[in-house]
Amino acid sequence: MKILIAGIGKVGETLAADLSADGNSVTLIDTESEILEAGIEAYDVMSVEGNCASMETLLEAGVETADLLIAATGKDEVNLLSCMTAHQLNSRIHTIVRLRNPEYLEQAYRMQESFGVSMVFNPEKQTAKEIERLLKFPGFLQRDSFFKGRVEIVECLIDKNSKLNGISLQGMNEIVKCRVLVCVVLREGEAIMPDGQFVLREGDKIFVTAPTEQLSLLLKNLGVVTRKNRRVMLAGGGTVAYYLAQELLKSHIDVQIVEQDEERCNWLSEFLPQASILQGNAAKQTLLESEGLSACDAFVTLTGTDERNMILSLYAQNRGVPQVITKVNRLEDSKILDTLALGSVVCPRSLSSEHIVRYVRGMRNQTGAAVAIHTLAEEQAEAMEFIVEEGTLHCGEPLRDIRLKKNTLLVSIAHGTGIEIPNGDSTFAVGDRVVVVVGRDSDALQLNDIFKY
Amino acid sequence: MNYKMIGKILALILAACAVFMLPALFISMADAQTQAVQGFLFAFLVTGAVALVLWLFSRGATKDFFAGEGMVCVGLGWILMSLFGSLPFLISGEIPRFIDALFEIVSGFTTTGASILTDVEALSRGMLYWRSFSHWIGGMGVLVFVLAVAPVSPKNEGFTMHLLRAESPGPSVGKLVPRMRKTVLVLYLTYIVLTIVNFLFLLVDLSPFEALMTAFGTAGTGGFGIRNSSMMAYTPYTQVVTTVFMLLFSINFTCYYLLLLGRIKDVLKDEELRLFFAVVVASIALVTLDLCTSAPTLFSSFGENLRHASFQVSSFVSTTGFVSANYDLWPAFSKAILFFLMCMGACAGSTGGGFKAVRVLILIKVLFRNINQALHPKRVKVIRINGKAANEKLLSGTTAYLVLYLAVFLVSFFLISLDGESMMSNISSVMACLNNTGPGFEAVGAVSNYAGFSVLSKGVLIFDMLAGRLELFPILMLFRPASWRRD
Repeated sequence: MKILIAGIGKVGETLAADLSADGNSVTLIDTESEILEAGIEAYDVMSVEGNCASMETLLEAGVETADLLIAATGKDEVNLLSCMTAHQLNSRIHTIVRLRNPEYLEQAYRMQESFGVSMVFNPEKQTAKEIERLLKFPGFLQRDSFFKGRVEIVECLIDKNSKLNGISLQGMNEIVKCRVLVCVVLREGEAIMPDGQFVLREGDKIFVTAPTEQLSLLLKNLGVVTRKNRRVMLAGGGTVAYYLAQELLKSHIDVQIVEQDEERCNWLSEFLPQASILQGNAAKQTLLESEGLSACDAFVTLTGTDERNMILSLYAQNRGVPQVITKVNRLEDSKILDTLALGSVVCPRSLSSEHIVRYVRGMRNQTGAAVAIHTLAEEQAEAMEFIVEEGTLHCGEPLRDIRLKKNTLLVSIAHGTGIEIPNGDSTFAVGDRVVVVVGRDSDALQLNDIFKY
Repeated sequence: MNYKMIGKILALILAACAVFMLPALFISMADAQTQAVQGFLFAFLVTGAVALVLWLFSRGATKDFFAGEGMVCVGLGWILMSLFGSLPFLISGEIPRFIDALFEIVSGFTTTGASILTDVEALSRGMLYWRSFSHWIGGMGVLVFVLAVAPVSPKNEGFTMHLLRAESPGPSVGKLVPRMRKTVLVLYLTYIVLTIVNFLFLLVDLSPFEALMTAFGTAGTGGFGIRNSSMMAYTPYTQVVTTVFMLLFSINFTCYYLLLLGRIKDVLKDEELRLFFAVVVASIALVTLDLCTSAPTLFSSFGENLRHASFQVSSFVSTTGFVSANYDLWPAFSKAILFFLMCMGACAGSTGGGFKAVRVLILIKVLFRNINQALHPKRVKVIRINGKAANEKLLSGTTAYLVLYLAVFLVSFFLISLDGESMMSNISSVMACLNNTGPGFEAVGAVSNYAGFSVLSKGVLIFDMLAGRLELFPILMLFRPASWRRD
């Protein structure tokens, strides 16, 4: 597919990487030639310099024959104008627009037609949603859902007191007493695809596939206290904090927001009357303590600086806050994240990119590409959802007879409404959906790519 | 440096080189030339074997690949390709000395067309084919070809940009379409189609073999012919056809793509193209006029003056180096024009060599700006090329290129002078090799060749041809110790 990406910021760059690796023809549009230069040297893409809202630039980038425009500049107005212009020039084009100002969201949905917008994405809102999901199941560091939310891959940390510490994977089923599958173990920054003899130890992060309805059972049997979050403290009162607080307040969770800027505090107080807004520097430990950090169920760091978020999270972990979530904008690839006890790490740009990549794959689904893709274990592994088609090999054969490529696992099968965590006897048939986990160096784009022959 | 990845790409280059030898091998077999068959067969096997070993050595290469790696790859790739490409000449004994064989094939691959052969017609048909075919391969570039067909995984192909940049001529190499493979295919298809059209036009007067060889020589803007008298003996029709096609192959290939898309206006507005054709038309007019007035006895009619003037202008500006008449006998002014054209060369993004019209364009604009700024020191002026602001890096890069170009020229000129030829012979031989033109003036002129030079001079000229074809940096990079540091 021919895709134009306008505005090469954090999200735009991630998209360029993911979409071009997926085999699409990608053209980047930006006003900064240096950013474009870096883009074409890193990915197999083309670039056009100019203002993406101007007709001339769009035409130069080939909007007339493009299938999709992603407007991801930092300015909502420019993004909308760009989509409108593109839509006028090519009525067939799909457009994905980034809107971050909550004041525009409503009208963007209602006037979708006249703006020519196919999909709105909002990294801040998605981040808030993701954090909310994590807050609902405090035992998991990360959750990725498949089969429309019926199966999840969740990330758990094995700590000193964990029931799984020192247990082999074969022995694990007796403890958790439900059918789950460990697909990846992250040990000392390296992703391992384990077999049954693999013994878990303290510090490992495991990625477990389980049906969504069994998640609470899993938590209970793992010995993680299933308590509900009742009091959450947010450090930083930006847009993510606003969306998150909105959602949390709806489920009657107490929200405290620490924000430095006085004007922003007034705004938050006006639009979030039920939340308690604290004006002050979140880095001041006395402030956090006096407002009862130790008594909180969860602490989320949402300030604009990655480094500050990390320090704050470390401090909260140290104070014994049960659940800590860290937002990271830039440093996501950094190996250092794994070595620190930051709790869950959430990265807005990857979330948005995954979301859009899923949309694009949906657009061209007839080609047999994955319908969903999530990165696991610090981008060292990928979980992909496929639909089994007529041309798929090995239909109806038991899994133990099928040879998969190295570092490849079939972790879940959905037959109609039934969900199966597969074993050697499992089979799949045309129409089923499957989730496959592969290592980072895999070049699998289609389901048949995972088989050895 | 990522040696494994470099090894992998070099293996692909050599594999391509080996495959390219096959047609010549078949021709030699058909002609039952045992010597030539031996030469090609041996060269094919050796090249293929080395490619295989390199490929095995470079398994498990990581994908860290930057501009430096791209340049080293291209520089080394061309040197290796030349070494292995010289094997058929050497083994068959048709060019018995190593330095001569190397000179001949480098001249072929770099589309120079300078020859050390005193009697071209003595070569077997297989060798003639290999010589001319090397022009065609080198014209568009081997790596570019490898990029089009190589089995590289679809993920993270950004690095291929460094290869395209290092091998393709011109200061700002870009893609036509987002996908590298598709870009390269478009370029090669244009190249193939134009070559076929040229071949069909030539078939009217020439035998198929001769037409194909001439088409190869024209398409790559190389200049190897299969006759001792180059194109002097050919009919006026063939000469006119060649004149036109030499010009067509020295236009930026992007223009053809834009024409296909129907964007004729953009092509007509292209500043480089305008400059190029303005220079060509003016040169033809001036040379014709000069021939008519200063040397009225040379040719019999105005038409003939015009034909030879256009042919020679086209041949020099495209850096092909075909010869339709002994231009060494022409008046000094005409020769001066031809010398200037040789230095300027063709458009960027074509198969032609030289300094490139677009660089001349940029330098003229920079020059005017600097003169202007001397008068109005506070004046801010952004230089625009084709309506787009050119960034300062491109401008300073172009000036730096000019300095480097002159430096390489001067050093080579000093070294060549040791041979004791005349001043003009030395200057023009270096220029003809550095710009990939082929024939120069006097001792290396229209009816002479490079056979008389010493081994040292041939070595220097081989260096110049490679440096000129790859636009200096990839070859010079190889002499920089830091390029080889392991980190």
